[in-house]
Amino acid sequence: MALELIKGNIAVAEAAMRAGLVSYFGYPITPQTELLEHLSARMPELGRAFVQAESELGAINMVYGAACTGLRAMTSSSSPGISLMQEGLSYLAGTELPAVIVDVVRGGPGLGNIAPSQADYTQVVHGGGHGEYHLIVLAPASVQEAVDLTTMAFDIAEKYRMVVCLLLDGFIGQMMEPVELPEFKPVRTTPPAWAIGSPDSKGQVVLTSINIDPPTQERFNVKMMTRWQEVEKNEVRYKGYFLDDAEYVVISYGTAGRISLSAVRASREQGLKIGLVRPISLSPFPAKVVDELADRVKGFLVVEMSNGQMLDDIISIVARRVPVEFYGRMGGMVPYPDEISKAIDSLVNGKHDVNIDARAEWLAGLRELVGTGE
Amino acid sequence: MTETDVKVVYKRPLGFTDRTTHYCPGCTHGVAHRLIAEVLEEMGELNNTIGVAPVGCAVFAYNYFNFDFVEAAHGRAPAMATGIKRTLPNKIVFTYQGDGDLASMGMGEIVAAAARGEHFTVIFINNTNYGMTGGQMAPTTLPGQKTSSSPLGRDVETQGYPIRTAELLATLDGAAFVARRSLHDARSIRNAKRAIRTAFEAQKQGLGFSMIELLSICPTNWGLKTAAARTWLAEHMLPYYPVGDFKVSTAVSEMKIGGN
Repeated sequence: MALELIKGNIAVAEAAMRAGLVSYFGYPITPQTELLEHLSARMPELGRAFVQAESELGAINMVYGAACTGLRAMTSSSSPGISLMQEGLSYLAGTELPAVIVDVVRGGPGLGNIAPSQADYTQVVHGGGHGEYHLIVLAPASVQEAVDLTTMAFDIAEKYRMVVCLLLDGFIGQMMEPVELPEFKPVRTTPPAWAIGSPDSKGQVVLTSINIDPPTQERFNVKMMTRWQEVEKNEVRYKGYFLDDAEYVVISYGTAGRISLSAVRASREQGLKIGLVRPISLSPFPAKVVDELADRVKGFLVVEMSNGQMLDDIISIVARRVPVEFYGRMGGMVPYPDEISKAIDSLVNGKHDVNIDARAEWLAGLRELVGTGE
Repeated sequence: MTETDVKVVYKRPLGFTDRTTHYCPGCTHGVAHRLIAEVLEEMGELNNTIGVAPVGCAVFAYNYFNFDFVEAAHGRAPAMATGIKRTLPNKIVFTYQGDGDLASMGMGEIVAAAARGEHFTVIFINNTNYGMTGGQMAPTTLPGQKTSSSPLGRDVETQGYPIRTAELLATLDGAAFVARRSLHDARSIRNAKRAIRTAFEAQKQGLGFSMIELLSICPTNWGLKTAAARTWLAEHMLPYYPVGDFKVSTAVSEMKIGGN
């Protein structure tokens, strides 16, 4: 199949259709809106369900209802909308339902702006809703990877009966790149036996997240946590670059990961032994590779388009074996490769010990660079 | 001995499970449940129906019906029903919601669903208070009515006015059939059943959104015995919430209902 030049949001929408999406519910919000617009034409064209909901709350609860049929359901939004959806995500998790949500992250907090950001890491990876649950979170670094992960997201969601979040930033959503779209998959239209309205169920099906008896709720949570261990075993994805002889390693995902790769390549040209770990599954996190590297490299640099939300996870994995430094931009700002190169130089040439407060050091530098807005 | 002809005149509806109720003595939730089960049985739709339970006293409604059910987040039942009905358009889908759920937390969802003309049915229980949490003021609480969160009586100057949900939704073009009935006496209950039948028939025939508001009693939280609660409903609720058909689309008015 030929490559086509497509915007990220539209590529994800089209990939979801080709993966057999039956029902889509969404609400306009920049920088995600093209995804909704594309499906508003394409879904009815193919006789599938599309509703522009009254709010993100409405949209996620429509997904909640549609997911109860076991057929492929999706919504998409951007950061403030995802905040609104947290209620529904907790219910979806508490009812063990498969669904796919796309978060095209923008600058915050509050209304923030519509520029690319990675500041939703905490709310999707560590759960913004109530109760104990996990989302599976996949973060692409290109439009093609977004297409490939979209296809996979529906299969993984169904395999574990969990919500998969595709975490794009505004860059991936808005950028046009040549992509190869997958073929159309057959669409499942009959609910599976566990779902409502199934011809194969034995007796009444009740799908609920209520366990009014605490011991029952605890047993349910144990079951969910046990299933999550399976996910951690099977679904970790990352890409490693130049790791074999690396003395220092950059850890960065999505658009920041892609920019970091440019900086890492530039360092290699200067003869520095720098590697890159680009996590693709942020949840489950590729902790093992970071743990193993911590035993043999001299230090890490974490790069994010946020205030270091993944940084805390890395600090906990590395556990002060080697220094962990941080470089990030916030509020919709995207780092240039030379900013990251400078941070790499500082890691390699600095005399930092393992007890360094990476975030404080970074913030002091950023304060000097951009000011405090006061 | 001559044999006596025995005729069953009253039995458990086929759509019910054999389970002891958790509702308070005298509560009309059981009556509303029964009417739904009878209507779906008469329509032959018991095996084709999906219910959406609310958050409130009816949170466990699915324990009493034997067809498929889901349990919505507080107020979101109309959005959930939208997702189900759009995905499985041949199913009969209904939500069962109380006044806190529908008229307070979920007012956005219910108005939007009615405006879109979603093809599901809403059974709305109005008992003028939050039953499950112990009788707090609801959007439907009458002016001057004492509740656990309006201990001096609802003061409309600071706590606003009750919402007449049926009248409000009737203004929307997407609504095909919107009616209010009461469950305080036998005659009213028979009328309620007819309205519920019309609502489900309208859905089955794809005519649009339908909602039946049912005036109900809450003896426990009202602090009244059942008979006194029925009288209180008739004397206080009926004047504020008149029964009637507030929206009957042309298609619904021309609709033919088979069977009884």
